[in-house]
Amino acid sequence: MSKPRWLVSIALFGALALVAAACGEEEAAEFQPGPLGAVTVEPGAPVKIAVFESLSGDTASLGEDQLRAVQIAVDDKGGELLGHPIEIVELDDGCAAEQGTTGAQRIVADPQIVGVIGTSCSGAAIPAMEILSEEGFTMISGSNTSPLLTSIAGVEATAHLPGYFRTAHNDEIQGAAAANFVFSELGITKAATIHDGDPYTEGLATAFGASFEELGGEVVLATSVGVDQKDMKPVLTEVAAAGAEIVYFPIFQPAGDFIAAQAKEVAGLEAAVLMGADGLLSDTYVELPQTEGMYFSGPQTPTGSEYQAFVGKYEAEFGEKPIQAFHAHAFDAANVLFAVIEEVAVVEDDGTVHIDREELRNTVAGTSGFEGLTGTITCDEFGDCADPAIDVVQNTEAEKTIDQVRANVLFTFEP
Amino acid sequence: MAESVGLKARRAGRLSGVDAFLWLVRVVALVAVAWGSYKSISSGRLTAAQWRGLIVAGVSQGAVYALVALGYTMVYGVLRFINFAHGEVFMAGSMMGFFVADGLSGTAMWTSLPYVALLIALLAAMATSTSISLVLERVAYRPLRGLPRLVPFITAVGASFFLQYAFAGLFGADSKAYPPVEALKGGFTIAGFRFGKVQVLVIVATIVMMIGLYLFVERTKAGRAIRAVSEDQEMASLMGINVDRSIALVFAVGGAMAGAGGLLYGLTFGQVDFLSGFTVGIKAFTASVLGGIGNPVGAMVGGLVLGLIESLGPSLVLFGLGVPSAHQLQDVVAFLALVMILIFRPTGILGERLAEERA
Repeated sequence: MSKPRWLVSIALFGALALVAAACGEEEAAEFQPGPLGAVTVEPGAPVKIAVFESLSGDTASLGEDQLRAVQIAVDDKGGELLGHPIEIVELDDGCAAEQGTTGAQRIVADPQIVGVIGTSCSGAAIPAMEILSEEGFTMISGSNTSPLLTSIAGVEATAHLPGYFRTAHNDEIQGAAAANFVFSELGITKAATIHDGDPYTEGLATAFGASFEELGGEVVLATSVGVDQKDMKPVLTEVAAAGAEIVYFPIFQPAGDFIAAQAKEVAGLEAAVLMGADGLLSDTYVELPQTEGMYFSGPQTPTGSEYQAFVGKYEAEFGEKPIQAFHAHAFDAANVLFAVIEEVAVVEDDGTVHIDREELRNTVAGTSGFEGLTGTITCDEFGDCADPAIDVVQNTEAEKTIDQVRANVLFTFEP
Repeated sequence: MAESVGLKARRAGRLSGVDAFLWLVRVVALVAVAWGSYKSISSGRLTAAQWRGLIVAGVSQGAVYALVALGYTMVYGVLRFINFAHGEVFMAGSMMGFFVADGLSGTAMWTSLPYVALLIALLAAMATSTSISLVLERVAYRPLRGLPRLVPFITAVGASFFLQYAFAGLFGADSKAYPPVEALKGGFTIAGFRFGKVQVLVIVATIVMMIGLYLFVERTKAGRAIRAVSEDQEMASLMGINVDRSIALVFAVGGAMAGAGGLLYGLTFGQVDFLSGFTVGIKAFTASVLGGIGNPVGAMVGGLVLGLIESLGPSLVLFGLGVPSAHQLQDVVAFLALVMILIFRPTGILGERLAEERA
């Protein structure tokens, strides 16, 4: 009699297991992750957002400014998204390709990270996107401007990958703005450009050169220096020999410091106009005595009561006015990301949140008419979402802080 | 190794493959330099005044390299060992120069007696570098004397990193900007060459220190002891010379020179950061090898030559050859020069013939 009883027990157990399995499958079928995977945030767990900016070295003000803007965006949301606390994971892009790669590897190693706000520098974004795009991540940058990351002349550029977006302008526009200012407003026809090999600086110098020549000017010398180079006299001597009336050097610190200081000492360049770009629009650069009189092209400072309110919050929390030019863009990037997360998230009754990566990406790509501090954010097919406007400002004797310089607008260019 | 193989082959009446290749490289290099220079000068792209300006800049930069190279070459002379942490000794002097200059810049002395203020900064920089050099010798190198060469070499590299990041940790990783010195603005023109005041200061200070060093090494008892130790350490100690003290003195003098170089470098470029010592260290080491390692006059010559090559090379040779963005390759030119000089003259410009003289 034991054998049949034993068999019956097994049969009953098997039947129960089948029923349980059938019932279990039904509950799990509520949420199916897409081909790129999904993030599941358990109740009580944080929604992780990576902020991948330049936090050390000479470009630290660029990244610090944007990190603070993201922190304000988080505070505006009460520190919470869909009932979960928002956790910011800080990573340093070092404004260089190497750290772009290592930072991206750290991000993909943490599958709980939903999206990335970053990078600060285009040079770090290009290798970072190669890793992030493949793993299905979405990155929105508040300050990358190299045309290589999205499109050049309406055609997809070499470094463009799915999942990349930016709320900052494409440098083709900045190059055209600077060229128009130099040719039309200053009446100068001979320009020299100096970049430092980084994709952002090279892209901008090339864009400036192309626009300048289109307007009828002449680029007498297009050259570059090393990022760590200190002795600029030889290259500036060549610039003087070529007969340049303006030197456009859209690079970063510290190389920009040396060019501005040594240009005055080179025979033939004493009267030359010096012009930089948004990489140099930081408080640590404009306070240097050698940068007095320099022009800068950069993104337009937003106006309006909402921006003033933002600046008020920034000052209240960090004790100083914004220190670089891209805080508003980073703020908008963060808000776009939060809005899209809220839109695509699947929330279960117990509070578990599922965020499908592909849906997140596609919804960000479809962003249209989003009202941010910098204007109306609408993403094109290549990831350019900005509402671009470029201002040319000047650092004069009276203006000594970055917000004063940025308020000293001489020319605006809006395509 | 190549030379001895070549010698053997030559003695046997044949030209070895390596020898032939080296001759090819020499010919190609000479032709490239000559062609590039000819194109640059004949095209009249730069005026004579501009070439002179580049020469002055090269000499001034070379003077700083020479001061730091002296430290490398003297240590090699007594210990047959390359002190890779010497670049950081230079950086320490530069940083201390910044702190003193920054501190004094708010006082009345800065505007009324600028040269006195600069002298104080110079002495502070030299003192700091000397102390760090002495500490390095006592703590990192003396306990390892007599061990296989690799051990102190690795210690030197480790000490270099330690000093870099100690300074970064203590004083921050950002660049420190030297306060502007009104008295050093502007320049003079001598014999058609335009000198900036800072460049004059650098060159004059370097010449004074070189003369001082020469007199010290050649005319004083301590200098004689150092020369004896560098020739034969064991015999020197048997003759009653305190070898430890002589070696410490070498490190101290090298450190003082580097400290002075640090301050002058800071005044020339206006900025210093914790990584400044790295590039200058490598260039100065290159300069000392260029001039013949172990030979103090060689270090001075090597520094000068390297400075001139760095300054003139891109404009003279690379631009003439049509190489784009020639100035970004400034460092490449400097190191290529080292390789070329070693191919043409393996012992360096003023170097001793290997294995022949000490017999």
